[in-house]
Amino acid sequence: MTNVRKRWIPVLTGLILALAALAFWNLYAGSTKIPVSRIFAVLSGHTADESEAAVILKIRLPRILCAMLAGGALSVSGYLLQTFFANPIAGPYILGISSGAKLFVALVMIAFVSRGIALSACAQVLAAFAGALLATGFVLLISLRVRDMSVLVVCGIMIGYAASAVTDLLVTFADDSNIVNLHNWSQGSFSGLNMTDAALMAAFIVPACAAALLLSKPVGAYLLGENLAASLGVHVRWLRVALILLSSLLSATATAFAGPVSFVGIAVPHLMKTATAEARPLVLIPVCFFGGAAVTLACDGLARVLFSPTEVAASSVSAVILAPVVIAMMIRRKGARSA
Amino acid sequence: MPEKTENLRPEEKRTEGLLTEELSAGYGKRVVAGGVSLNVAPGEVMALIGCNGAGKSTILKTIAGQLSALFGRVCYLGQDRETLTAGERAKRCAVVLTDRIRPENMTGRDVVEMGRYPYTGCFGLLCDADRERADEAIRFLLAQDVADRPFAELSDGQKQRLLLARAVCQEPRILVLDEPLSFLDLRYKLEILERIRVLAAARHMAVILSVHELDLARQVSDVLACVADGKITRVGTPEEVFADGYLLRLFNLPEGALDGSTGLIRLPGVKRKPEVFVICGGGSGLPVFSRLVRLGVPFAAGILPAHDIDYPAAKAQAAVLVELPAYGEAGAEDLRQAEKLIDACGEVLVPLETFGPGNRWQKELADYAGKCGKEAPCSV
Repeated sequence: MTNVRKRWIPVLTGLILALAALAFWNLYAGSTKIPVSRIFAVLSGHTADESEAAVILKIRLPRILCAMLAGGALSVSGYLLQTFFANPIAGPYILGISSGAKLFVALVMIAFVSRGIALSACAQVLAAFAGALLATGFVLLISLRVRDMSVLVVCGIMIGYAASAVTDLLVTFADDSNIVNLHNWSQGSFSGLNMTDAALMAAFIVPACAAALLLSKPVGAYLLGENLAASLGVHVRWLRVALILLSSLLSATATAFAGPVSFVGIAVPHLMKTATAEARPLVLIPVCFFGGAAVTLACDGLARVLFSPTEVAASSVSAVILAPVVIAMMIRRKGARSA
Repeated sequence: MPEKTENLRPEEKRTEGLLTEELSAGYGKRVVAGGVSLNVAPGEVMALIGCNGAGKSTILKTIAGQLSALFGRVCYLGQDRETLTAGERAKRCAVVLTDRIRPENMTGRDVVEMGRYPYTGCFGLLCDADRERADEAIRFLLAQDVADRPFAELSDGQKQRLLLARAVCQEPRILVLDEPLSFLDLRYKLEILERIRVLAAARHMAVILSVHELDLARQVSDVLACVADGKITRVGTPEEVFADGYLLRLFNLPEGALDGSTGLIRLPGVKRKPEVFVICGGGSGLPVFSRLVRLGVPFAAGILPAHDIDYPAAKAQAAVLVELPAYGEAGAEDLRQAEKLIDACGEVLVPLETFGPGNRWQKELADYAGKCGKEAPCSV
């Protein structure tokens, strides 16, 4: 029993080490070749070359931070949703929540830009949050009618497609040149994010994750079903509201800056649960955060270097890498049920 | 027709256990059970019995707070549960429901330890004393063998033992159990039954449970509460409730389908013109009756006095019974009646092996059957 219980320690250590390695690789890799020694020089502040410093500190570093924050946020968001629905086949992307956020950001962005007002990043987050909540509300409404998770997932995917289609339509017919950026963004990419974006993301994501961590005691009881949780003294209704708000806020923040990044929210929590054999939210929430950060950072790194100098969307890479994980997970689950 | 809507106990006890007053329970606006006034004192076990859908589970869920009371109130240790905080409620009352749960990556022990929830701090971290309590509860409910296996992979009976351990580990004063004995095999039914008695007697818990097996209900409970159509129709000791065939009415059973002294049910016999006559007594007839009922053969039995062990079963299952009052002796009239039945039957079975002054008429009957050449080998 004790050796199983401690598995999260090596997993978490491994994830943090991997994250550090990935961060360094992301600093190093790219179309501008900068030797390792000069990277350290830039990081420690002894810089000779202004342009190299700019590449590292203004382009690569903020992008790394954003990818980590967004990945962690999506993964924790997925974990909270899976807990809420008592089902591992749930995540912000697959339930259409990311796409709802995306649609709202696009709508608000176009509305503002057409009036000549630049949209602040904070307003972008709020728009995404509203869209995420609307999409979640829709999924919840369906979940009241059908208990079947597969129906719910199909409905989520449909919502996602519909929202994406409307977004594409908006982007196609928006004539302003600023909207060109929107196209990139709506594919799920971390390119062009700066330090201010990273700071703003952290301002939303860090408190939300901390709040999720503070809820780990009632969330743990909630794993035994809402009736048992209630009998143990959990205020189930509040907890459910908190879970929805936090998961929406987390996926909305990630989406507002990076667009929808596919499957991180569904696959990473599953991978982390398998790796740690844990159920305790107090352990799983941090592990999921670092896992999501590492996976997303790896995807973004690959997105930059795979077809260099052409860059692909991080979401495309994560889809290719994580879709098999999701499929394997569904097959295993089906198998377990018939056994 | 409520005959005794409330079990009366000394007034001071009322404040220590579980009390419901004119409780209405149901879902939304649909009232499933109404006017429920029950009182379970510490150290007492009350069993709710009644048909499926009578409202037992709904009453229990309302007592445990899973459903909110539509009317009336529930008191834990003399305090209205609505005035208690969630944590106080959890320390006073624990519940085992019939919900199926499949938590991922949790061992049985993890599930049991969740019972410490009301006692742990903000992050729910367990101290050694909490672990000790959980371990104690696991041992008490005989779940050591499965405690460290993944909960989701266990059988229903194993899960049930762990869920009971979880409730015990919560250290409540009131224990609400919805069908705690379902899914358990015979050994664990017996052991858990005994444990429930210990919880009441040694730990002074007020236990309220629902149970389908009347024989078990009778043995485990101090008080039986009968539920029919959402009403408490009778409350009393098992002896009182089992008296005068009340349970037959409660469960809509035909005469004789329930053994009044044990609560065991039996299949009714075929009530047609008897084809076999059974000369029995002292328990020798019981296996023969079962076999005949199983084969669908209508039979007559006799001549049995009312105190005989075979009597209740014969009364319930035989098409015709030649009977005597308790400790009575058969006269010529009884013998003539039995002989007439033997004449009408094609076969006579004599499982009875010992004859004496208490049943000498049986010897006469057996001889009569032998003379007629109707006595068949009685192989059971």
